[in-house]
Amino acid sequence: MANPVEQFQIEPLVPLHIGGVNVSFTNSALLMVVSVALVTAFLTLSVRGRALVPGRWQSMAEVFYEFIGNMIRDNVGSEGRKFFPFIFSLFMFVLFGNLLGLVPYSFTYTSHIIVNFGLAATVFVGVTIIGFMRHGTHYLRMFFPHGAPILTAPILVPIELISYLSRPFSLAVRLFANMTVGHIMLKVMGGFVVALGVLGVLPFAFLGAITVLEFGIALLQAYVFTILCCIYLNDAIHMH
Amino acid sequence: MTDDAGGPNQNDFDARLQAARIREAVETGRDRTRNGAANNAGMGLGFRIAIELVVNIIVGTGIGYLLDWWLGTKPWLMVVFVFLGAAAGVVNIYRVAKGFDDSVGLGQASRRGKSDQTNGP
Repeated sequence: MANPVEQFQIEPLVPLHIGGVNVSFTNSALLMVVSVALVTAFLTLSVRGRALVPGRWQSMAEVFYEFIGNMIRDNVGSEGRKFFPFIFSLFMFVLFGNLLGLVPYSFTYTSHIIVNFGLAATVFVGVTIIGFMRHGTHYLRMFFPHGAPILTAPILVPIELISYLSRPFSLAVRLFANMTVGHIMLKVMGGFVVALGVLGVLPFAFLGAITVLEFGIALLQAYVFTILCCIYLNDAIHMH
Repeated sequence: MTDDAGGPNQNDFDARLQAARIREAVETGRDRTRNGAANNAGMGLGFRIAIELVVNIIVGTGIGYLLDWWLGTKPWLMVVFVFLGAAAGVVNIYRVAKGFDDSVGLGQASRRGKSDQTNGP
């Protein structure tokens, strides 16, 4: 049986070392380029006609646009409009990463925790800067609840601080865990199909069901990642 | 279908459609909990709780380790921050279990949750 975690191996396609730093073009980087190219092609080509009554492709692009537009309006409000390009790019990048990973022989870059952490850390740093820009030092009030006795501050403030700092990690780990678990499960089931011979029909049927479930998870996790970014942004802008 | 069926007729239709949908949800509710959707949501919740607990403890430990390294007080701050991290994890799990939002501050979140319940439909 093939090693179920072998699929997450990063392989350099174009070895490249600049100043002792390994900046090789890997299979992970290739898939990222492919996904950016696909998203760009999909969005620009589908709305090229600019039809008043959208065709098939244009309505698909509009569904994505409206989905993210509504998500920002519901979770951040009208002030979130200017962050639309960022949130939309983030969603499309994660979504296409998840979906392209389900294509046989491809690679899932969202199954690497550092990729997700890079995205989540960008959001986290950006949100913190926005919070401080809008509220100044008043933003720090968030770490201490109103009306709590001042003596509890030494315990409450570190706890809130830790749960604030853990946000990018929990975002990254959630996406990574969901993607990795799904792909390992698919690989193990695939191994059973070969190993069981004629009886392999049973795991094969199960494999079909799991693949459908994985498509659902790919969509759901891209959604969860984006909506949590929206919620964090709302926190920084409105600061209850 | 005619266009002038807007006004009250339309409202009536919407109301009946909604009632039918609720009835349908109630009738098929039992079936739905047995397979698919509910299990999937349960798995998501389980994942979330596990990740919150683990990540908060790791972040707490990391902060403690860095502070120790900075202040030269090995290993005391790390020990303190492991427990603070665990507390933060439990606070976040409480928040998930209570269905509060993900914003900072449990106090504010619980107050908002209460006002939502009293103001909401």
